[in-house]
Amino acid sequence: MPNFDITITAIVIVGLIGGILGVCGYLTLGERKISAWIQDRVGPNRVGPGGLLQPLADGGKFFLKEEVIPDHVDRVFYLLAPAVAVGTALLALAIVPFGSTTPAPEPVAITTPDAVATFDAQQKAYAESFNFVLAPGLDIGVLYIFALGSLAVYGAILAGWSANNKYSLLGSLRSSAQIVSYEIPLGLSVLGVFILVGSLNPEKIIAWQATPGGTPDPVLGSVTAWLRGIGLAVGNNWWLVLFQPLALLLFLASSYAESSRLPFDLPEAEQELIGGYHTEYSSLKLGLMLLTEYIHLVASSFMVAVLFLGGWSLFGLESISSNAIVAAVLKLLILCGKMVGLCVFAQLVRWTIPRFRFDQLMNLAWKVMIPLALLNLLAVIFVKQFGWSLIVLTGVNALLFFGAGVLGARSRGTITNPKRAVKKMPPGLPAGVTYAGR
Amino acid sequence: MPIAESEVTWVEEAKLGLWEQLYIPALIDGLKTTLSHMVSRKVTEQYPEQEPTMPLNYRGVHRLNRDANGRVKCVACYMCATACPAHCIDIVAAPAPAEWQKDGREKYPETFVIDELRCIYCGMCEEACPVDAIELTTLYDLTGFSREQMVFDKEKLLSVFDTTTQAGTDPVRTQAGKLSVASESPPEQK
Repeated sequence: MPNFDITITAIVIVGLIGGILGVCGYLTLGERKISAWIQDRVGPNRVGPGGLLQPLADGGKFFLKEEVIPDHVDRVFYLLAPAVAVGTALLALAIVPFGSTTPAPEPVAITTPDAVATFDAQQKAYAESFNFVLAPGLDIGVLYIFALGSLAVYGAILAGWSANNKYSLLGSLRSSAQIVSYEIPLGLSVLGVFILVGSLNPEKIIAWQATPGGTPDPVLGSVTAWLRGIGLAVGNNWWLVLFQPLALLLFLASSYAESSRLPFDLPEAEQELIGGYHTEYSSLKLGLMLLTEYIHLVASSFMVAVLFLGGWSLFGLESISSNAIVAAVLKLLILCGKMVGLCVFAQLVRWTIPRFRFDQLMNLAWKVMIPLALLNLLAVIFVKQFGWSLIVLTGVNALLFFGAGVLGARSRGTITNPKRAVKKMPPGLPAGVTYAGR
Repeated sequence: MPIAESEVTWVEEAKLGLWEQLYIPALIDGLKTTLSHMVSRKVTEQYPEQEPTMPLNYRGVHRLNRDANGRVKCVACYMCATACPAHCIDIVAAPAPAEWQKDGREKYPETFVIDELRCIYCGMCEEACPVDAIELTTLYDLTGFSREQMVFDKEKLLSVFDTTTQAGTDPVRTQAGKLSVASESPPEQK
């Protein structure tokens, strides 16, 4: 563990929170712009050039709105809920890398001469290098994010329960059922990644994908060598999306469900529940509740980029300059670019897929995603145990995907929408008479 | 009449094949649609800067037409006021001036007041008028600072005629008590 300099850490905290909140503000503008474009409209364009200052106007409006606290709410929990929601969402960003990172050096074997001196020198060099993570070298890494992710549900539950409103309560019940269900595929899908890399530390996961080292893959090793020959800076191993495409799919879908974005927006469901668990909130508290969703989206987009898409690496573009500062900026831009790209993709998906019904939502998690994630995990364990080439996993993933499709096509109805026996109208009954109750 | 059983068709839900069950191909199809709409031409009209052209049979603010000599065409017959379902037209008739009487004009409106706030813009005054004196124009953005401003008198209604005919947006569109072809929307421009 490096020694933390409190000033630098404080600056990074302020910069990170400011940056993330700014990104979230512009995601709301992006959301409105993208929805408008998809619906053949122009979108907000009155505030500033092309509507670019719209988030400032929205934020200012949230500040200036009257704060209504209804009489019938449980004040303590009502006031606590937005703080819990935003707090847990922001805390998760502590270990998310947002630029170039170097993992802590492995300890040298004690049998080597000068082991202690070498170790000290390595640790000193590591402590002096700057990592674009708030809490670098945290080995529980992703586990910490999952822990905070399950805490996030308390924000929704407290808001819904304390508001003493049936719509809010229904929203928070749905939210808790949904988030608890989707925690499982979310965690199971990335277990394969952790087993392949051998670490939960996001910095090590990026390094595994992006930097040379370790034993070369039996099949892909020669391809890697050839790619390096033509000037592409691939790591010894490639981006994990190549070996775990199914896991990426499952992780992406469950992360949308976790941040209750469409098509999984059942907890907020404007169509059915007014505003869901934040119905009774107004002013800045509502703003915080809405912000939480975007912070979750940003954090999960960062996680997808780090876990599956190689973090700050982009086909050798990141090492194009030998200047340390330029390289750091490039890596920062690449990783943040991937994050923004994934956020935009989420917003495209929002207007592409119709919403799920609640039973379909549950069926999708428990009957499709969890079994697939488990089988994928099993395949990773086999590959790791017997030292097969990682390319086997790509095949297994494709096989699982098509297998699930075949299974669904051959079963009655679909897995997400099982076919119930439809009673035909008995002959002789006048047409147009409702059949219910007979 | 009840629906006969022979008229009822039972439709089974289409069975999804492997391609649809995979979900991702369908998702990609959907993404193609949304992406093509994202870059397509937008239909928004930027209203205050870009004003819409109203169809000629749009029923907006009234006007009182003038005849060839620039006199008010109205003969104060009260047919519009009688036809008006909202009772928003108030006319005070007077004997026409001597030189008007040579053209066979016996009466003319001393005052002609329309309360534009009471009006429901149904166009029945226009249909009732035997001399094509009252017409609805395509002016749609009618505003005022007080209720009094929205009560249009004869001078105001005549000035609406002057401005709209000068602007060329609203040609006189009633003839001989019937709505002329100009009152219909022009055929779709290809």
